Amino acid sequence: MATALSIHDLKKTYASGVEALKGVDLEVSEGDFFALLGPNGAGKSTTIGIVCGLVNKTAGEVRIFDHDVDQQRELAKSFIGLVPQEFNFNQFEPVEEIVINQAGYYGISRRAVLARVQELLEQLGLWDKRREMARELSGGQKRRLMIARALVHRPRLLILDEPTAGVDIEVRRFMWDYLREINGQGTTIILTTHYLEEAESLCRHIAIIDHGRTIESTAMKDLLLKLHRETFVLDTRERLPCDIAIPGFTARRVDDTTLEVEVERSRSINTMFAELERQGIHVISMRNKSNRLEELFLGIIEAGKA
Amino acid sequence: MNLAQQHAAFMTILRKEILRFMRIWVQTVLPAGIIMTLYFVIFGKLIGSQLADIQGLSYMDYIVPGIIIMAIMNNSYANVVSSFYSAKFQRHVEEMLVSPMPNYLIVAGYVAGGIARGCVVGLVVTAVAMFFTDLQVYDWAVALLVVFLTSLLFALGGFINAVYANSFDDISIVPTFVLTPLTYLGGVFYSIDLLPPFWQNASLGNPILYMVNAFRYGMTGVSDVEPRVAFAIIIGFVVLLYAFAILLLRRGTGIRS
Ligand SMILES: Nc1ncnc2c1ncn2[C@@H]1O[C@H](COP(=O)(O)OP(=O)(O)OP(=O)(O)O)[C@@H](O)[C@H]1O
Ligand SMILES: [Mg+2]
Repeated sequence: MATALSIHDLKKTYASGVEALKGVDLEVSEGDFFALLGPNGAGKSTTIGIVCGLVNKTAGEVRIFDHDVDQQRELAKSFIGLVPQEFNFNQFEPVEEIVINQAGYYGISRRAVLARVQELLEQLGLWDKRREMARELSGGQKRRLMIARALVHRPRLLILDEPTAGVDIEVRRFMWDYLREINGQGTTIILTTHYLEEAESLCRHIAIIDHGRTIESTAMKDLLLKLHRETFVLDTRERLPCDIAIPGFTARRVDDTTLEVEVERSRSINTMFAELERQGIHVISMRNKSNRLEELFLGIIEAGKA
Repeated sequence: MNLAQQHAAFMTILRKEILRFMRIWVQTVLPAGIIMTLYFVIFGKLIGSQLADIQGLSYMDYIVPGIIIMAIMNNSYANVVSSFYSAKFQRHVEEMLVSPMPNYLIVAGYVAGGIARGCVVGLVVTAVAMFFTDLQVYDWAVALLVVFLTSLLFALGGFINAVYANSFDDISIVPTFVLTPLTYLGGVFYSIDLLPPFWQNASLGNPILYMVNAFRYGMTGVSDVEPRVAFAIIIGFVVLLYAFAILLLRRGTGIRS
């Protein structure tokens, strides 16, 4: 499998003196759905900016489908589509024109791109809005406009910097399905997000950067396996006795019918159910107390601070 | 990018630029039409009728070419500086920066847009001038070449100004404090023969004088300077500013952090 993006020891010091990147390494395979995570100010957008030619790097190497961004700038750039973190289209331009013009910058003539633009705007639910000024769109519509714009030249690598920030649940679900679909058709996707359940549900590989360094880069499955303990919240049909205890598990009674149970990965949840059953307590529903990735993420970031 | 792709990218910028200034023609085309009409009425007609001929031309005929080329200069510059600055300010310049478009195409597209506006405004002012005088062209080739090179030069200047500008104020500093004085002192309204020797020589250091006079030569055959020298100077400046604009883009000055 080819490498879609490879970043080696990337460094960036802004003119202000801020050392945003101190050594970022990334390796994204073709066809992957890749999450780039990290707290605010970690350097995600700076990394993406350098990859896409919006930020000058201070040192390091970036290759896109094995083309160096310095030596084969044009070719390297032609593979990428970018959905930036902040709105950066002309607010006074009609929706359709924004997408058509972007294709133009990639060397695709108006005539040749009209059908593609219609297809994208229809898929993203913006066809009715095509003649409206971009500033008249809602926040979620603007995000979708940026997705259409990023895809118009059929990039092999799509990079999305917090595409679902400020987007309602329905649209977010729609975007997830949409991104899964184009990933399924072969487009490599790199995504940053602060919604970790989003990363968990969409992405197969994950990298975490903090303070300008890659501190983790692995398969999502392998990372989740590192979680030693999970906390589940159980809703029960029967009232819980005040002194409820489940041998082998740490249980905490939250209220009359809610129980929090910590489960070590080495133990089976079946044992817990069996024990509750024995005590005459039936579980109606169960959920994770917090997102699994979120717990790991916080642990990794904490460990980095120590 | 291959040639067809470069052509598509160039046309995209040019088309967008022309649509932009045509859509807001009340701000971009009309003002020059009005101001230049006032010049024709006040200086050309009212005051000019009291003045002696200059180098065999009535005062009106003498100032018409200067006023046309002045409008072209102002508008070529203004178009690029405000359009490229607002692309920076609203950040949609990033749409071009992420694309594989080479830098020279970005410059070419914006500059062509500036030339287009200069020419549209030039035509409007020329049409107005035809109400005031019987317009003749002495040498079409010279006149058109001066229009092209001058608007190219000012469009490049506007581009460089936009690259450096960090606020909307910055885009009016150069026009107000540099270009307008140089234009007024550049022989639009008078021949430098009328000046004392020291100021005559000083005026020869003003590049705009050469453009105004070269255009006046193309229209009327009358000029304070040798047209060849004027072309050499204009072309020299074009090459200089173009190289500088490309250098700025390559470095990412003002557009890439
Ligand atoms: N244009 C800039 N000039 C100076 N410093 C900058 C610039 N852009 C970002 N920084 C700094 O670089 C660091 C990394 O910022 P960056 O935007 O890459 O973080 P991020 O991981 O994308 O954060 P977020 O999750 O908040 O979007 C921060 O300290 C930020 O203040
Ligand atoms: Mg960011």
